[in-house]
Amino acid sequence: MPRLKSVEELESLRAELRAARDPKRPCLTVCAGSGCTAAGAHDVLAGLRRALAKHGLQDAIDVKSTGCHGFCERGPLMIVWPEGTFYNQVTANDAAAIVASVSNGHVPVEKLLYRDPVSGKRVIREEEVPFYARQQRVLFGNNGRIDPKDIKDYLHVGGYAALARVLSTMSPEQIVDAVTRSGLRGRGGAGFPTGLKWKLCRENPAPRYLICNGDEGDPGAFMDRSLLEGNPHSVAEGMIIGAFALGVQEAYVYVRAEYPLACEHLRAAIDQAEEYGLLGDDILGTGMKLRIHLVKGAGAFVCGEETALIASLEGRVGEPHPRPPYPAQKGLWGRPTVINNVKTWASVPVIINWGPDWYAGIGTEKSKGTMVFSLVGKINNTGLVEVPMGITLREMIYDIGGGIPGGKALKAIQIGGPSGGCIPADLIDLPIDYERLTEAGSMMGSGGMVVMDETTCMVDIARYFMEFLEDESCGQCFPCRKGTQRMRQILTRICAGNGTEDDLLLLEDLGWLMKQASLCALGQTAANPVLTTLRYFRDEYLAHIRERRCPAKVCRELIFYEIEPTLCDGCHACVRVCAGDAILGEKEAIHTIDRAKCTRCGACLEVCQPRAVRAGTGELVCRN
Amino acid sequence: MPKLTINGIEVLVEKGVTVLEAARFLGIPIPTLCHDDGLAPASACRLCVVEVRRGLEGRSKLLAACSLPAEDEMVVHTNSARVQRARQLLIELYVATCPSSKRIQDLASAYGVHECRYEAEHEDCIQCGLCVRMCEQQMMAGAIGFAGRGANRRVSRPFDMTDKRCRQCGACLYICPVCELRCAGPAAEATLCNGCLNFAPVCFQSYDDAMCFLDPCHACELAGPLRPDVKIKTRARATVLSGEKQ
Ligand SMILES: Cc1cc2nc3c(=O)[nH]c(=O)nc-3n(C[C@H](O)[C@H](O)[C@H](O)COP(=O)(O)O)c2cc1C
Ligand code: SF4
Ligand code: FES
Repeated sequence: MPRLKSVEELESLRAELRAARDPKRPCLTVCAGSGCTAAGAHDVLAGLRRALAKHGLQDAIDVKSTGCHGFCERGPLMIVWPEGTFYNQVTANDAAAIVASVSNGHVPVEKLLYRDPVSGKRVIREEEVPFYARQQRVLFGNNGRIDPKDIKDYLHVGGYAALARVLSTMSPEQIVDAVTRSGLRGRGGAGFPTGLKWKLCRENPAPRYLICNGDEGDPGAFMDRSLLEGNPHSVAEGMIIGAFALGVQEAYVYVRAEYPLACEHLRAAIDQAEEYGLLGDDILGTGMKLRIHLVKGAGAFVCGEETALIASLEGRVGEPHPRPPYPAQKGLWGRPTVINNVKTWASVPVIINWGPDWYAGIGTEKSKGTMVFSLVGKINNTGLVEVPMGITLREMIYDIGGGIPGGKALKAIQIGGPSGGCIPADLIDLPIDYERLTEAGSMMGSGGMVVMDETTCMVDIARYFMEFLEDESCGQCFPCRKGTQRMRQILTRICAGNGTEDDLLLLEDLGWLMKQASLCALGQTAANPVLTTLRYFRDEYLAHIRERRCPAKVCRELIFYEIEPTLCDGCHACVRVCAGDAILGEKEAIHTIDRAKCTRCGACLEVCQPRAVRAGTGELVCRN
Repeated sequence: MPKLTINGIEVLVEKGVTVLEAARFLGIPIPTLCHDDGLAPASACRLCVVEVRRGLEGRSKLLAACSLPAEDEMVVHTNSARVQRARQLLIELYVATCPSSKRIQDLASAYGVHECRYEAEHEDCIQCGLCVRMCEQQMMAGAIGFAGRGANRRVSRPFDMTDKRCRQCGACLYICPVCELRCAGPAAEATLCNGCLNFAPVCFQSYDDAMCFLDPCHACELAGPLRPDVKIKTRARATVLSGEKQ
């Protein structure tokens, strides 16, 4: 492919590509994101190819692997185009049926259609699935349509049109202005207005640099990975536009090394963009120069922090540095640097294509556009969801997430990654925007959303997150290093029933200190899970302390297991799984648990068919 | 030349001067543990935090003075209630980490930290990084450095072997703020000493082996030989002496 030398050449190439494709031609797209791949998407692909070959249809029907659709829970997912028939939980064995249905007039394969758990009806198209119905997939919409390794697919759906528009009709100032007017705020955590960041950077002298933050270290978060895997060109296009606006010639993408597929797809995208003249010297014949370098991180959560990321990029130890000076003043190699999250960059072409006013029309007064969340935990539909800002937690959990499994009650929602706060179920009508979440003691963060039901102990959860942060603290500044250690010690003590009420004051003091005096945002936010659970679930802490009781029956030191004699049928299943030989009783006779030997692992609870094993907490522990 | 206000006093400083330097120029003390004039700031101990606001509006933040470049229109408070609270909570945490250090015990006395609610840890090192920077930036050796992350972070040598770049000059020892042992005053075993505050009359007259290098000595400064507030302090002393957890 010869390099494109002008915007006109790009547009005529796009027209050619569009003309060459018959919109009626059937195409089977299979999601090959990491989730669906783990569920067997590649077997499905191979199965489909085999089935097509068997019927001699390989030239009439296309098969394509695409990026993540977000509904990983139901993977492998696939769509039959042009009808848009959506199949879930497909296996290689279904390939023959799918091919047969496509070649026989597109009668959908009933059993692969998504079944609405409420109405019990099967739905045909993706948009009709409740999980997708409330979403607004501005960034992720194309993931299920394009082959991420083929730039032609991206061009086909209108890719690089924003770049063409910018290069031919806009000045750098106009771009910064458009991004500012769109109200876009950073999607990596702090929510700093992107336009303002660019403007501040532009005030400092060249050479300037540009970085895409793809470190994504939050446990359970995978939106950046999905975007890099599923639509890497959208990120690259955003970066090229940003580079034009900021007068940058060298840009870096920092991706965690644990994301091999994301690295591979991004690498391919950069190479193809260079081949097509969309990167490199003389981009689209305008004289603009840009190289994008892909750098793999070595897997520390703190390396996602911008100053630590820059240190890591420069080959130094990945530890944060005091700000000011901010990266926009003094960043990579001491030069002014703009660093933005993957989703922030991918939002830029959308803003140019659809206009800043359109973008600013989505969302609330101060939070514009769409936000991507990874919805996980005790929820029916886990996966990636892209929603307009301002949507309420209720809509997220019940409409999109399909509610809590097993008819359990919602207890809390933890938003914003490991250092986000836990929002209680009473605040379920809270609209999701930066300010409202911060007021509630949580934060937007990078968009992790963990749903917890009544079986979650909030003290235990606080301890769990504190353990993670203690591990991930770089350890350089004292309040964060020692604060996380001390907090974890105190929480462990409370979970074991050895806490005192003074400990709660101490936790609050420590939390305040860490927030005020830590060097970087890791330490400044690390206390959020503790402070919010103390604020909303203080009674649970007090139950652990005053009554040595764990209301959710989670903390091992405070619970016991017992067998209800009227329900036990003597099946012996529990005896077989008990690793501590703590269950007494002959087969066919009623069993009992020896509390002295019981380690409270809960294995018996899980295997007991008649549900005779019960967990208890409270007084009886003391009697023990 | 940036013009800033520190505790209500306007000061004009050269570009690049830090807030710590500007405050010291005015004679305003700011406690530090990880700072040394000859070394690049690390901002690790956070003891030097000051409350900073830009201009008249906007929210104020606590920032480490040692690495904060003075800027125009900065309004700095080095001793606001917020700064004091942060400092005291920090010192309390320091005392618990390293109760054997004289410098830390002195800080506790100087800044009014009268209780330590944590169990003592008796660590030797607070990881201020002064030794590492001394070795690298002044002795030009770079024989020691940090290894590990978080709770495992420690000052170490390459592969835990003495590096040949080490000339055994001892500069690291010289600059360490915490390896000087606390004085064997009246509460040598307690996590928090506060001993000097309880002496009446002053220390060296009552205890042979008390080592008072405080400059100025906070006890003497506060009270002189006969402390007027001795009543309150005896209570504190009594609890310290009996070794009770406060
Ligand atoms: C401990 C820590 C981890 C972070 N991890 C990430 C990350 O994985 N990805 C990211 O984009 N930003 C991360 N950030 C936020 C970055 O520091 C920075 O604010 C962001 O990359 C700026 O881009 P934005 O303006 O587009 O949000 C992290 C911040 C902290 C304090
Ligand atoms: S706050 Fe924590 S992670 Fe950030 S610099 Fe300090 S020790 Fe490191
Ligand atoms: S002296 Fe500033 S942080 Fe230690």
